[in-house]
Amino acid sequence: MSAEGGLTTSGYIIHHLTNLTFGKLPEGFTRYNGEVVGEGGTWTIAHGTEASTMGFWAINLDTMMFSVGLGLLFIWLFRKAAIKATADVPGSLQNFVESIVEFVDENVKSSFHSRNQFVAPLALTVFVWVFLMNFMDLIPVDWIPYLAQQLGVPYLKIVPSTDVNATMGMSLSVFALILYYSIKVKGVGEFVGELTLQPLGKFMIPFNLFLELVNLFAKPVSLGLRLFGNMYAGEMIFILIALLPFWLQWVLSVPWAIFHILIITLQAFIFMVLTIVYLSMAHESH
Amino acid sequence: MNINATIIGQAIAFFFFAWFCMKYVWPPLTEALRERQKKIAEGLDAAERASRDLELAKEKATQALREGKEQASGIIDQANKRASQIIDEAKEQAIAEGDRLKTAAKAEIDQEINRAKEALRSQVAILAVSGAEKILGKSVDSKAQAELVDKLAAEL
Repeated sequence: MSAEGGLTTSGYIIHHLTNLTFGKLPEGFTRYNGEVVGEGGTWTIAHGTEASTMGFWAINLDTMMFSVGLGLLFIWLFRKAAIKATADVPGSLQNFVESIVEFVDENVKSSFHSRNQFVAPLALTVFVWVFLMNFMDLIPVDWIPYLAQQLGVPYLKIVPSTDVNATMGMSLSVFALILYYSIKVKGVGEFVGELTLQPLGKFMIPFNLFLELVNLFAKPVSLGLRLFGNMYAGEMIFILIALLPFWLQWVLSVPWAIFHILIITLQAFIFMVLTIVYLSMAHESH
Repeated sequence: MNINATIIGQAIAFFFFAWFCMKYVWPPLTEALRERQKKIAEGLDAAERASRDLELAKEKATQALREGKEQASGIIDQANKRASQIIDEAKEQAIAEGDRLKTAAKAEIDQEINRAKEALRSQVAILAVSGAEKILGKSVDSKAQAELVDKLAAEL
């Protein structure tokens, strides 16, 4: 259970949904334990609601650590398979990796018709990485945070995709790629034309621009928030289940975890497919 | 739920992983997959070719067998024909030889008969002459009578 916030239900939930944030507290700020931040502010780990005071230049250490760690796990595993890849009888690791690669490749081939060497590996990265990040959701909610607490880490959120920063970081990267490829493939003129001259022709440019911009910005926002929302809700339900008496938890957590296996895969798949589709749209003229 | 620099860190990590994947993971794996595809296709091709060859060989073998049988029966027919021909020829030859032998024997017999006849004739003539001599009691002038005797002998 929670260290601070006592044993209250809301405290427990809030504690589980707080990231381990490292950032700068401003001068004169009264901390959670009553200390007042001295001259020039101080760089520290946020407690309670302090993170919101830290502003943009703070970093969620747990999100970064787990997402980068899982990303490294992904490239290590796949690189290992890639080094040993042969056209002869494949080993079990190669089989496993190849089946994922083929699955992703098929999806890319079915919806992306332009030539781009980056899209398929990008889709693979998205799929496996997001899946691994979502997969952390299946680790019982108290295990790792409790362990960390024993080691003196006040907060630890182990599922990076329940942090809106992680999901929006990825979706904004995809958005940057959309803009980059739109301009690179179609040129600035055609891209601007696409934004301004449809659907109502050149006499309605402001209206067209408004519609198209909404359309354009809805892509990263929906992409990032969909994943975040699904994972956050799922995590929340796990936390709520964890509030039940221990002998009752399995009745709900087991079915929910089994159902969640579907959700984490599905969300990773959706993120990948939408990435492919958005990039495909960026490559094709309308 | 604060938006902070994590978003940038995440984006950097994202691009790094995607780049690494494109550079070092994707190409060898897809290359291996493509190569294996080619290999399997080739293998299937070879198998098909082999089975086609086998069929062809089988056909050839049956044909050869059939031809052999035909040839053999032809040879047997010919041999039979030749055998009967030989037998026929032999028969003919035998008949001809028999005929020839018969004719020769007949000629010889005729000859023998003629010779015997001649001998008999001359003997009869002599007997007749001697008989006549006995009857006449005197020697017949053989010279004068020789003509007569010969005539007589020829008539016999």
